[in-house]
Amino acid sequence: MSQPANHLFSALTSDEAKQVVHQRHARAKLARAIFRIATLLAVIFLATLLVTILNKSMGYVVVKNKVDPATLANQPLTQLTNTELAEILRANLRKNRVRTLEREGFLEDQSHSTLVQLVEAEVVQPEVVDSYNLIPSLLNRRQITTTAATEYPGAKVEFRYWLNGQFLSSTMASQPELAGVRSALIGSLYLIIITIVIAFPIGVGAAIYLEEYASHKSRINRVIQTNIDNLAGVPSIVYGILGLALFVRTLQPLTSGAIFGVEGQNGRTILSAGLTMALLVLPILIINAQEAIRAVPDSLRQASYGLGATRWQTIWSHVLPNALPGILTGTILAVSRAIGETAPLIVVGASTFITSDPSGPFSSFTALPIQIYSWTTRPQPAFQHIAAAAILVLLIALLSLNAAAILLRNRFAKRV
Amino acid sequence: MEQQNSQYAIETRKLHIFYGDFQAVKDINLQIERNRITAIIGPSGCGKSTVLRAFNRMNDFVPSAHATGEVLYHDQNINDPSVDAVQLRRMIGMVFQKPNPFPKSIYDNIAWGAKVNGFRGNTDELVEETLRSAALWDEVKDDLKKSALALSGGQQQRLCIARALAVRPEIILMDEPCSALDPIATLKIEDLMRELSQNYTIIIVTHNMQQAARASDFTSFFTMDTDRAGVMVEFNETAKIFTKPKDQRTEDYITGRFG
Repeated sequence: MSQPANHLFSALTSDEAKQVVHQRHARAKLARAIFRIATLLAVIFLATLLVTILNKSMGYVVVKNKVDPATLANQPLTQLTNTELAEILRANLRKNRVRTLEREGFLEDQSHSTLVQLVEAEVVQPEVVDSYNLIPSLLNRRQITTTAATEYPGAKVEFRYWLNGQFLSSTMASQPELAGVRSALIGSLYLIIITIVIAFPIGVGAAIYLEEYASHKSRINRVIQTNIDNLAGVPSIVYGILGLALFVRTLQPLTSGAIFGVEGQNGRTILSAGLTMALLVLPILIINAQEAIRAVPDSLRQASYGLGATRWQTIWSHVLPNALPGILTGTILAVSRAIGETAPLIVVGASTFITSDPSGPFSSFTALPIQIYSWTTRPQPAFQHIAAAAILVLLIALLSLNAAAILLRNRFAKRV
Repeated sequence: MEQQNSQYAIETRKLHIFYGDFQAVKDINLQIERNRITAIIGPSGCGKSTVLRAFNRMNDFVPSAHATGEVLYHDQNINDPSVDAVQLRRMIGMVFQKPNPFPKSIYDNIAWGAKVNGFRGNTDELVEETLRSAALWDEVKDDLKKSALALSGGQQQRLCIARALAVRPEIILMDEPCSALDPIATLKIEDLMRELSQNYTIIIVTHNMQQAARASDFTSFFTMDTDRAGVMVEFNETAKIFTKPKDQRTEDYITGRFG
């Protein structure tokens, strides 16, 4: 540095300068390599996750029918008339079962597709005796067919997408082939709606108060702020226990719907779970909304106040519209968290086996993560496959919710 | 003195302003004439903007700021708790250092301030009228629905002036309104100030002594005292301040010998 000014010119070409530049470039290259590896690792993890799930969610299955459809009729079942199908049912089922099925009307009067399904489920009773993942299915196709032929004579090998229309439209069942996620999916959607409806206004309101009204010098407000920051990191099971004590037990008359005239429910309802989830995501929502509100330039507030606007006019017309994209981003994060949470739902009493759809906020319910959890704990391999399919449903539901929120956010962000 | 009050738009008596323990300005006694342009000049950090913001209580938004003494407006001390700051700011508008239009259309920028102040008349006419008085109408009349952020810096600042006019204030405070603008835009704003001074009282804080000399009727010179608090050194007609300053410090500053 003490060199004369004309040193600058030789500095570009001298050996010493070249070495300095060389070292700097080497350091930059190293840093870039580290960041690239970090990104690559993240992509690999994500890809592994997706591949594992997809691998399990489809593949060859060996299906063995308890009764061969060929022995029932000499035509495929779908080509039989209603009368023929009804006859098959009467001939093969016990009297009591037929009577149960006919409670709503004669078998012949039911729709053709219902009858075919009944024959399939009650008479033919296809059972998955063996199943394969996607990768072995693609690589060892021939071996699978020969093994199936020797080990399960009379069985049929077919390729199955475990995530199919039947899986989406059926409720829970004890056999994996018949089980579906409809009630879990509807339960999860109910849960998310209740969570957002409760947490969004409270969260944004709290953020507005803390940012625009509360004095940052007041000790109480600082304590509140610190608490909110810390609550965002509290394990979800703790919220579950809080929900159990507060919403399920203490507020049972409210959460069971007793004060609204709903009978026969305890506090373990969707409403309790939604309130618990709302508590869980509230700190995340507040913190994100605060960040978004803080990011609104102060010059806008000054301009507004300078025109004689009140605090609320300023917040409503300038602060909130400009903070909204950020607030919605926070909401996306919160919803993503809520839709995947399992522990608090178990604690507040989600059912793992329920065959009816939730009918309102005071129903008992199940949710996707609960269903996935319950299926993955089963020993039969077919449950692993439907668990993978349910994970796909959960991911797709999550991505579509987020996509909707992002579209909404972009609409607001582009308004100017 | 009491009878003379009405001749001044604003008058301060023994105004002291503090930020926490730090005294920002001390003992300011200013009389702002009606329908005149009064400039406040002085070096950085001498409390010019602080005093300006005391005129419409914008210092309320600085949590540590508090003031003693009187700021008289219509014979009322505006620091009195009974005075509603929102009402006050409707009478005393403000234009800021950096152009800060709302991220809305040009039209909405002007209409919004009027709307929150209970304007019930024809908004289209109001927008045209205020844009004309801010000398901006011819440039933007076909683009009223466009975002105000698409305007140039000088146009944005004139829009901010128009926005302040739409509320129909009596006094307009300008806090270094040209510091972010080029010389041509600056001259346009100065011409505009001259136009507006027929109907409005204007108080302008500026770093630019030529601007004060060109555009103002009265000039007040502030400087920092030994304890870093701002003090008013001299207040007089602009011509006198720049030709025959009474105080040595004023002379040093305007001749560039300051600091």
